[in-house]
Amino acid sequence: MYMFSNQDFVPLYQDFENFYTRNLYMRIRDNWNRPICSVPGPQFDLMERVTDDFNWTFRFTGRTIKDVINMGSYNYLGFAETEANALKTVADVLQNYGTGVCSTRQEMGNLDKHVELENLVAQFLDVEAAMVFGMGFATNSMNIPSLVGKGCLILSDELNHTSLVLGARLSGATIRIFKHNNMQSLEKLLRDAVAYGQPRSRRAWKKILILVEGIYSMEGSIVRLPEIVALKKRYKAYLYLDEAHSIGAVGPTGRGVVEYFGMNPEDVDVLMGTFTKSFGAAGGYIAGKKELVDFLRTHSHSAIYATSMCPPVAEQIIRAMKCVMGLDGTTQGLQRVHQLGENTRYFRRRLHEMGFIVYGNDDSPVVPLLLYMPGKIGAFARHMLTKNIGVVVVGFPATPIAESRARFCVSAAHTREMLDTVLNALDELGDFLQLKYSRHSRSSRPEL
Amino acid sequence: MAAAVGMGQQWVLVEMVQAFYEAPAYHLILEGILILWIIRLLFSKTYKLQERSDLTPKEKEELIEEWQPEPLVPPVSKDHPALNYSIVSGPPSHKIIVNGKECINFASFNFLGLLDNERVKNAAQASLRKYGVGTCGPRGFYGTFDVHLELEDRLAKFMRTEESIIYSYGFATIASAIPAYSKRGDIVFVDEAACFAIQKGLQASRSNIKLFKHNDVADLEQLLKEQEIEDQKNPRKARVTRRFILVEGLYMNTGDICPLPELIKLKYKYKVRIFLEESLSFGVLGEYGRGVTEHFGVNVDDIDLISANMENSLASIGGFCCGRSFVIDHQRLSGQGYCFSASLPPLLAAAAIEALNIMEENPDIFQILREKCKRIHKALQRIPGLIVVGDLFSPALHLQLEETGGSRENDMKLLKRIVDYCMNRSIALTQARYLEKEEKCLPPPSIRVVVTVEQTEEELDKAASIIREAAQSILN
Repeated sequence: MYMFSNQDFVPLYQDFENFYTRNLYMRIRDNWNRPICSVPGPQFDLMERVTDDFNWTFRFTGRTIKDVINMGSYNYLGFAETEANALKTVADVLQNYGTGVCSTRQEMGNLDKHVELENLVAQFLDVEAAMVFGMGFATNSMNIPSLVGKGCLILSDELNHTSLVLGARLSGATIRIFKHNNMQSLEKLLRDAVAYGQPRSRRAWKKILILVEGIYSMEGSIVRLPEIVALKKRYKAYLYLDEAHSIGAVGPTGRGVVEYFGMNPEDVDVLMGTFTKSFGAAGGYIAGKKELVDFLRTHSHSAIYATSMCPPVAEQIIRAMKCVMGLDGTTQGLQRVHQLGENTRYFRRRLHEMGFIVYGNDDSPVVPLLLYMPGKIGAFARHMLTKNIGVVVVGFPATPIAESRARFCVSAAHTREMLDTVLNALDELGDFLQLKYSRHSRSSRPEL
Repeated sequence: MAAAVGMGQQWVLVEMVQAFYEAPAYHLILEGILILWIIRLLFSKTYKLQERSDLTPKEKEELIEEWQPEPLVPPVSKDHPALNYSIVSGPPSHKIIVNGKECINFASFNFLGLLDNERVKNAAQASLRKYGVGTCGPRGFYGTFDVHLELEDRLAKFMRTEESIIYSYGFATIASAIPAYSKRGDIVFVDEAACFAIQKGLQASRSNIKLFKHNDVADLEQLLKEQEIEDQKNPRKARVTRRFILVEGLYMNTGDICPLPELIKLKYKYKVRIFLEESLSFGVLGEYGRGVTEHFGVNVDDIDLISANMENSLASIGGFCCGRSFVIDHQRLSGQGYCFSASLPPLLAAAAIEALNIMEENPDIFQILREKCKRIHKALQRIPGLIVVGDLFSPALHLQLEETGGSRENDMKLLKRIVDYCMNRSIALTQARYLEKEEKCLPPPSIRVVVTVEQTEEELDKAASIIREAAQSILN
């Protein structure tokens, strides 16, 4: 493909690389990037858009589709709200501090709000210290290279998120992959690594870091934390736990997978998480021992070169976290956590009963419903939209090509009626599109 | 039926034997040799490529017992210069309260003073009431709000390009844009003084990186000529290797401007694409603040990709890339920081839109900013012991030591004393921070001086005189 005025330049894109994009993705492109024009709460308003040329371009009709049930946004505890009372402190901070920071943490960007937030996060997770960053993706990609380097080994789960993979690649360490949530595969890699050392030179590895996530966003599976901690203690490795989806969403009081399994937070060396999902804000944190956090304060790429978190967002996290911890004097936070647990279990139970194949642990609010056929992706999402339900569908390359799925994110703000509406629509659609693949009443992938 | 099948099999056997007799001799000999070779390989002893003596389980256990890894993080001494951050109470605006002292802010990149602007805050408040704080999803999954689309539209119109794309974090903008276009095997010619985000983007892209001396067009041309000679040796490979020149409009590390017109000439002569990083020059250079392209009067279509972050002049958070739709649209599926990360909170997008409105309504602030830069640049000249690094109209200057005191640590301690002296007299300055071990070309230690539109002329003169005093008392 040559550009209009730039003849003789080497083409920017290669034809075969975007074969899938041009021929398959384009036909069902209208199911992604759907613009909304309201708060992403349990219901939202979608902007109606139509295409005149089979999805190559879109135009907005100007109408909005109101009160679409939102099964796609990561709003686990329901903090995406616009109630004036709830957002009062955020509005005050915005008026006082403004929106930007215009400097990095180490220079002139360390505000008192950041210090307050970091102390609160450390208290929430019951660890010694914590550090916050402006973007969740960047938290992984900028801090893993500070912790490990050449001569270290990273053992990463098969289905880890792109940010973890990018951070591992940028660090320069050797990466070995173990099968998803499979402890035998991990133990074999650990034994071989410690016994045989670095390939070719046979020197011992400097350190071994295991990268896992709390809840995997495409599978809904929860990591086997007790077994991994036992392995890591035996083989003297370090554990990096990315709780992007699990912080605030699992555990009796919303403290994440560490609490869900009843373990000691000190057993995990690096606790990482994001505030985008359960707290309705943006940014990420890393928490752990004080030495770790001090090291990151001095050596993290983000602290030196990237702008710090903006104050209104920090205030939103502070008020959400205080609500979950009960520090604001109400039990609203605990209620939200319980409501989420109830909604999750109800939703999953009903889906199993209907005969769908659903991946993941029974307690995870991420519910992937398997569609398998790439051809059904477009039909599923479009039909659900005509019934005023917004769903997220995922296909290749985020998942294997024959395992496309629809991913539901249950929220504490969903009422029983909303879930029933969705379940009835799914029932109808399941029969129409023949999605009820399950031959048993339980999922057919027991190791997840 | 069975007889017919039997006849069929016999038929085939007869044909085979016939073919055997009719085949030429060389064919039979070749086949014979191959069959013998296969039989030999099948029966020969297998050997391993590496002499890997398998350890017995007992030996493995011993090794596992003995192995001691390094501690996860090396200990950090209590008086590490970067450990104790200065705490800012309240907004980092023109008058800033650092560690309890009220100072005039010469350290935040708030060039157009929009951090404190009432209109911007009101726009953000309205957005807060309508959308809440977070977007709870990436752009692909219901994280696209109408404010994002509006901001992209406005930025594209402002920069007079076809399309623009927004990222939710400034650092991630250029670090995701580069690997989306430049892959393993492609060649990137990048200036030595490129900022850290560019270096990380290049590292993620795994391309061949060729550094040329800072702002030295002759050096770049030399490298391009060498590459041309290489290409002639292997024209097939050259036809699929993409080439890029990566420069910044105003360099963060040195404060000077890139020679854009000469670079454009090189672009068309050697068929290399130009990516321009305009974080410091967006909203600063040019008659209407459109950056380096307006400053030099260059057609913006000649630049393939302009990337900037909104954290300096626009006093918001995030970044954007703009250019032709053909180029920008690719990032919507392959920009990692775009696809796999939550989108920009709508209140920040609304703040950025209002900031753009203010920029478009008051085009004279850019000239005022440039006058102030000139003023302080002149006032800081001839300070004994310190040299001013940066162009006349650059709002982010560096003050470096004229003679180094031996080690980088000592230099940084001296500069810290100057900064503390100024801080005690109500001028907030900061040292420029770098990650010493990871930078490709580590700049010398320096003090960052940032000029904003809100600083009055008295304040500029006062700052210059205090710095002069500090240098005289500490460096002599």
